Amino acid sequence: MRPSRIVIPETAKAGEVIEIKALIQHPMVTGHTAAGANTEPRDIIHTLAVTYDGAEIFRADFFPGVAANPYVAFTTRATVSGDVVFTWTDDKGEETRQTRTLRVS
Amino acid sequence: MRAHLAIAVGLIGTAVLDGTSHAEQSRPTIHSATEYLSVGMHAEQDDESRNRGMLWVDLGETLWNEPAGQSGKSCASCHGASEHLNGIAARYPRIDPATAQLLNLEGRINQCRINHQKAPALAYETNELLGLTAMIARHSRGMPVNVEIGGLAQSYFESGRQLWTTRQGQMNLACVQCHVDNVGRKLRGDTISSGVGTGYPAYRLEWQGIGSLHRRLRACQIGVRAVPFEQGAPEYLALELYLAWRATGTTLDAPALRR
Repeated sequence: MRPSRIVIPETAKAGEVIEIKALIQHPMVTGHTAAGANTEPRDIIHTLAVTYDGAEIFRADFFPGVAANPYVAFTTRATVSGDVVFTWTDDKGEETRQTRTLRVS
Repeated sequence: MRAHLAIAVGLIGTAVLDGTSHAEQSRPTIHSATEYLSVGMHAEQDDESRNRGMLWVDLGETLWNEPAGQSGKSCASCHGASEHLNGIAARYPRIDPATAQLLNLEGRINQCRINHQKAPALAYETNELLGLTAMIARHSRGMPVNVEIGGLAQSYFESGRQLWTTRQGQMNLACVQCHVDNVGRKLRGDTISSGVGTGYPAYRLEWQGIGSLHRRLRACQIGVRAVPFEQGAPEYLALELYLAWRATGTTLDAPALRR
């Protein structure tokens, strides 16, 4: 589990469009090295997947050009009360999972 | 005519480098690097849900409440909740009354760890020390720098000013030649600021992470091809005090975003 910061409203009205922001601490080692430099194998977060009430609503693939500590923001439409689950996965298979509960009235 | 101009420029240069000149006795107008951020980076710095330095602030908040060392005490055991730290960072570096030594925030944290928590000191640039300093500095966001330079601080202040005005390195440049004479002009892709440390610890894009003011000072020294001091060196502590005095009234914005 890596440190992360998630901003999501706790409550929303049905049909409302909400903004979600997610930031995670990760060095995003590209694996690209200059001639003669130490080679460190690529280790980046390659995927962020977000589910809402069990269904995937957002997925991002990251590539070595993405800076360290990647940040994403996206919007979704609030429909029912449920858990929003964020899962980041890196090249070493390490998963960081965070859950937030959205209450919809 | 051209020769006269060259002489005039030379004289101005000498005057600025002389530590006793009028310009250095009274504080000049300060332009923090925050003023020169792009609109996008400025917005990112001000928005705590996007400012990546906040990842370290979170760590600092956790460590503040975690027992450390043989004492089994956390920072909060003595100092209470971290909200009580409002304005503290704006008064550092300052003289520690017990030892008569100048301490910056990092030094103060480590003194507490050694004396009160009975824990080993944290090294510069560890996530732990960066986290604690970033968290403490953040509690002074928007507050004006106000450091004490009289009394026991006087000699540190003078050596700081001396370092600030002394040419060094293969480039033979003093701090003032960029950070006084050329503020607002371009140095490669970035705009030269007054060189105050009001944003540190700062998240620097070049570093892809957060770093201390002393790390930034090392980068400047390496830039002029001088032999840099170690983080925490007395020379840097003295310079940190001098920079803070120059920044008097400028607001802190750590953890800031820098290029």
